[in-house]
Amino acid sequence: MTGRAYGWELRRLAAQKRTYLGLGAAAVAPIVLVVAIKVRPPQATDPGSPFFLRFAVESGLAVPLLMLLFASVWLFPLVAALVAGDIVAAEDGNRTLKTILTRSAGRSAIFAAKVGAAFTYVLAALLLMVIASIVAGGVASGFDPLPTFSTVVSPSRALLLIAGSFAVYSLPALGIAAIAVLLSTVSRNSAGAVVGTLLAALLMQLTQIIPVLDSDAAQRWMLTAQLQAWQALFRTPLDWGPVVHAAYISLVYAVPALVVAWAHFLRRDVAG
Amino acid sequence: MTAAPLDVRALRKTYGELVAVDDVTLSVAAGDVYGYLGPNGAGKTTSLRMMLGLIRPTGGEVRLFGQDPNADPVAALAGVAGFVEEPAFYPYLSGRRNLEMMATLDGGDGGRIDELLHVVDLAHRAGDRVRGYSHGMRQRLGIAAALLRSPRLLLLDEPTTGLDPAGMRDMRGMVKRLAGEGITILLSTHLMSEVEQLCNRLAIIQLGRIRYEGTLAELLARSDGRYRLEATDPGRAADVCRVIAGITDVTLQDGSVWFAADADAAASVSVHLAEAGIGVRALVPSGRGLEELFFEITEGGEE
Repeated sequence: MTGRAYGWELRRLAAQKRTYLGLGAAAVAPIVLVVAIKVRPPQATDPGSPFFLRFAVESGLAVPLLMLLFASVWLFPLVAALVAGDIVAAEDGNRTLKTILTRSAGRSAIFAAKVGAAFTYVLAALLLMVIASIVAGGVASGFDPLPTFSTVVSPSRALLLIAGSFAVYSLPALGIAAIAVLLSTVSRNSAGAVVGTLLAALLMQLTQIIPVLDSDAAQRWMLTAQLQAWQALFRTPLDWGPVVHAAYISLVYAVPALVVAWAHFLRRDVAG
Repeated sequence: MTAAPLDVRALRKTYGELVAVDDVTLSVAAGDVYGYLGPNGAGKTTSLRMMLGLIRPTGGEVRLFGQDPNADPVAALAGVAGFVEEPAFYPYLSGRRNLEMMATLDGGDGGRIDELLHVVDLAHRAGDRVRGYSHGMRQRLGIAAALLRSPRLLLLDEPTTGLDPAGMRDMRGMVKRLAGEGITILLSTHLMSEVEQLCNRLAIIQLGRIRYEGTLAELLARSDGRYRLEATDPGRAADVCRVIAGITDVTLQDGSVWFAADADAAASVSVHLAEAGIGVRALVPSGRGLEELFFEITEGGEE
């Protein structure tokens, strides 16, 4: 039953404009970044530039990593929240919850389908962003060996590390989506849930400049800080510690958010 | 023994201090077209939401073919369909696409969609987005979405509200046709003419409480035995009537004499009036319609 509802929810998302708005932003942002790099090439010796930006002219394979870095600030939380924050609230907005809950799918199945579809969308947007970055970077700067924090890796090894980075980045990204689903379910207001999710992500990042909260010990518990965990893959020897920690923190945020949202969805009165 | 399509016992819903539905008990038997009649705000829609498992009762229970829609909504709603308030669909999808989506959720292939679009006379607009549909078209699409489930019990919440006279006629015709096909129907409405035209049984609800539950025929029978008399001297005619055996409840209103009597007592009235020298202009049975009975029940506080 959940599989059937999941297919139904994916088809519903496919018919919504905002789905393509998020996917479009994920696909276009790397092209904008590549054009900006072409217009104003970074200096490889500039210590103030992010590490991978310094080598974006040397190897197009640095572009997907730069995108992961830049998108963490607000772009990807926004892309994730755009659909995940709307996924339940849209039914309230259209007053269609009563329509779908009187068919042959239970509330848990509908909720699971919505979470599954939101997560699928987030992974699709992330994958699209990474692929668009690889293509745009490769076309602009070529698929040359990529400098890492410790060494220079071959293009094939770089692609493998990029795939790994995608996987690691997706964990906190899904955590953000889970928060968006919670806000969408509880607030029943699409705009509120989208803005709320973005605000939560920005506030977590702002803690980096707040005394006490800026300590490593505090930042380890911030979900958005885990969006940088993929960088551990580019050190030699490979340190899995940050990756495992990112997975743990993502679960710490996502599981309670989804349990609370599910319990609320299961028990709520559909009176609108 | 087969469970009744709908059985409601002591159903109650409160929102803080507000009692929306209070101790509602009713039973809809197979083949019934059951009118759920009450003024706006009486608790009809809240009751229907509880019947469909959309909101949790504060007390009491609902059984759909013996199953509790709050405990196991999927099992309880098997063979049940309908809508509460205005049927709602995805506005950015066409009518046909909406039905396809509903069919997917039901686990069907949507093979009846074309047929149903014809039944509700929407085939010509099936490809248009629901956003551009009129209220009546959405109501008809709601019926199509309900019929997609091949229901044995249909719960319809004010299906003719907001429709123009032709739309109301068509919708009532459709309900009559569906009932003729053997579908049990619960029709929530505030329109008494609708109940008179379509229903065999009814419940009257007011301020969340059931004021009458039974057959329409039994209710209308309460109006039998009333007569209106027009005479050359109404005042004296009323006095004469008061002393005739078998005549009760004599009143004088707007120059007419009203009384209750059996057929024999009524027949003797003209003889007694003639003996008293009073001419009879008219003596007619004057049964009260559903509307009059409805107001008598709801305003008289009968339970």
